[in-house]
Amino acid sequence: MSRADLKFKVIDILLVILMILPLVTAIVLTILISPPSQGVEITGALILFEIPMPLQNLPITEAQINSWLVMLSIFFLCLYMTHGIKDRPTLKRQHFAEWIVEKCEGMVGENMGEYFKGFAPFIASIIALSAFSSLLSLLGLFPPTSDLNVVAGWAILVFILITYYKMKCGPLNYLKSFSEPVAFLTPLNVVSEVATPVSMAFRHYGNVLSGTVISVLLATALQGLSSLVLGWAPDFIASIPLFQVGIPGVLSLYFDIFSGCLQAYIFAMLTMLYVSGAFNIDLYEKRRAKRKLKKQQKAEKIISEEK
Amino acid sequence: MLELAIGIILGCCALGAGVAMIAGVGPGIGEGNAVGKACEAIARQPESKSSVTSTLLMGCAVAETTGLYALVIAILLIFVAPNLLVNILTSTIGG
Repeated sequence: MSRADLKFKVIDILLVILMILPLVTAIVLTILISPPSQGVEITGALILFEIPMPLQNLPITEAQINSWLVMLSIFFLCLYMTHGIKDRPTLKRQHFAEWIVEKCEGMVGENMGEYFKGFAPFIASIIALSAFSSLLSLLGLFPPTSDLNVVAGWAILVFILITYYKMKCGPLNYLKSFSEPVAFLTPLNVVSEVATPVSMAFRHYGNVLSGTVISVLLATALQGLSSLVLGWAPDFIASIPLFQVGIPGVLSLYFDIFSGCLQAYIFAMLTMLYVSGAFNIDLYEKRRAKRKLKKQQKAEKIISEEK
Repeated sequence: MLELAIGIILGCCALGAGVAMIAGVGPGIGEGNAVGKACEAIARQPESKSSVTSTLLMGCAVAETTGLYALVIAILLIFVAPNLLVNILTSTIGG
């Protein structure tokens, strides 16, 4: 093995370790911090500590820590996938990375049109962050997406994007769009505008949280059932988890894996649809041409005045 | 007297949560309709299965929204509202 090969391998292994390290950190933190629980219970994100701020203390919760650790993990995953990229792919992971990029660009191009081609990385990162955050519950950690604050942050980001692209066709046109088709519908239009981020956040949060709640309810019910069946036996038999062994796993397959990935896809899809729907390219082009004409006329005027 | 008031608050919160989840009927009917139509579409044109499926998932997610609003309200009523209301009660009457 030559020296370059060795170096390549070492960096590879280092990247994999760095990829797994944030997840291990999250698990260790959860074990250290989580208070001893009495049975199964549903709790929100734990507040780890608070940073003093002028108006209100800034609480740092489990959800924030976990989402930052997921981000780190995804960052090193990307570095690992793109490590040793060549014009002619020789590594399997380069094929995989190219497949992901191609799929994502195809999806964005199909749903948003030519103008929004640059949105592909943003959409891909939304899908990755959301899917991996939801999948974190497989490791027994607190999934950041089941905290409303995290998802609401993403939804507000999307709302800002929507408003930006509506403003791009002219602030006056933006204001006018509220009173369409009839003027007295303005309050309803304002409400529906605000409802977009609210419904996006609640949809994602509610789906992930409902999975957690149902899993906990089922676990409690199965615990009761097995203690009912084996309750007559001596202690060491009664403590056998008869029904809790396989059944929650089937539900977890749906709620943790399928639902988590589906919600990520839907969040990204809705982002694409809303953002591309907010932008009226004809109006934008018209406005730009008008502005260009005005500028030109001004310049000509100045030139003619100088003469 | 205070115990009675707290009891009424807790009971009404639980009742409200249960009533809120009646909203689950709507998404159930809507998604059932959507899936039925999707099945018809796939039976008629099996080659359009992938696009029908992705549109279906999208539509189901949007149709689910009202049910999820109800779920969020029910969760607030169970986990957040009782503490809040009991605190208000004790601070106005008890203190």
